[in-house]
Amino acid sequence: MNGPDDLTPAPEAIDLAALARDAGVPDVLAELERDLVGLQPVKSRIRDIAALLTVDRGRRLLGLPSDPPSLHMCFTGNPGTGKTTVALRMAQILHALGYVRKGHLIAVTRDDLVGQYIGHTAPKTREVLKKAMGGVLFIDEAYYLYRPENERDYGQESIEILLQVMENQRDDLVVILAGYRDRMQTFFRSNPGMASRIAHHIDFPDYSEPELEAIAGLMLDKMGYRLAPDAQDALREYIARRVRQPHFANARSIRNALDRARLRQASRLVALTGRPVSREDLTTIAAQDLRASRVFND
Amino acid sequence: MRITQGTFSFLPDLTDAEIRAQVEYALRQGWAVSVEHTAEAHPRDVYWEMFGMPMFDLKDAAGALLEVNACRKTFPQHYVKVNAFDATQGFESTRLSFLVQRPADEPGYRVVRQEGAGRAIRYTVERR
Repeated sequence: MNGPDDLTPAPEAIDLAALARDAGVPDVLAELERDLVGLQPVKSRIRDIAALLTVDRGRRLLGLPSDPPSLHMCFTGNPGTGKTTVALRMAQILHALGYVRKGHLIAVTRDDLVGQYIGHTAPKTREVLKKAMGGVLFIDEAYYLYRPENERDYGQESIEILLQVMENQRDDLVVILAGYRDRMQTFFRSNPGMASRIAHHIDFPDYSEPELEAIAGLMLDKMGYRLAPDAQDALREYIARRVRQPHFANARSIRNALDRARLRQASRLVALTGRPVSREDLTTIAAQDLRASRVFND
Repeated sequence: MRITQGTFSFLPDLTDAEIRAQVEYALRQGWAVSVEHTAEAHPRDVYWEMFGMPMFDLKDAAGALLEVNACRKTFPQHYVKVNAFDATQGFESTRLSFLVQRPADEPGYRVVRQEGAGRAIRYTVERR
């Protein structure tokens, strides 16, 4: 640990901005701002946490008592609002800020934690916890851990082990629970111990249409594609229609739409005869690739 | 009698912080850490009981310490050791192994001599 040296007196003042800069906080936050569209409540909470950890480090340098804060979190929101993506980022951020030692993310669901017969659950949960030590444990759809309809369900056992580790080994791992809002609320109502050990409840709002368009732009950039000028309008129209249809899953629906557009673009290019295919052709999604979608069929 | 098996066994018992530092070193080398225990640390008994699976996907020493403590709690009067296995081709064997718990009372072992056929002298190790 790099605590204050006993031989040198603690300094009287420190430069918090310099401290944040040394830990790479501004870079991490700028990257977050660049890569994640929208999600204002999430970003502001991450900024708060970064500030808290910087102040905590400052207090330690001045020899003031500093207790590592509890950073267990709960992410609630509709499908495709970026809960898993942010959890992955959170692991990197907490690592950069020196809160977790390794910065890896272990994503699990009920199946990975809960066993099938008596005595199977505890070792299984412990196995997962061991792997997650020094990093972030992300439990997706955490409400499945608790099945009120079956009082002998092994999920409760898993929850108890989780609670114990969350309380006693706060500096070894961060637990992030994720799930849909209403079902998480039911889960916390029946597990008050869990609710009280989670300091940060972060709600992921749905994306607006312009935000979804920006997300599509980022995804295409990453895949090395670009939209033809008229395809941009087609995409806007596509999003406006898709948002109103059932089973809309925010960014995930956009990703699927783009994957299908790539599929159509590929068939179009393979069918293309008479001239060689240029670099331009290979990277451009045309309006017709998007407009062929079933979404436009009404 | 204090038994001396494995690395560091002539040193005072390792503290938890020291165990953690050793495991951290092993993980940095890419070795798989495991915990084993036995009631009888006879020098011939190379294989001890495994306490859980070797931790192949472990990222941080805190996980191994969790396992060590669970083993100490389950078997308070056993010898417990931590092994680090190197799977690299050419090694494929344990690279580091050290005791992390001894029973309060260690009877130890002694060499006994036996006269065999044709006045041959045979030696064996037995528990005191």
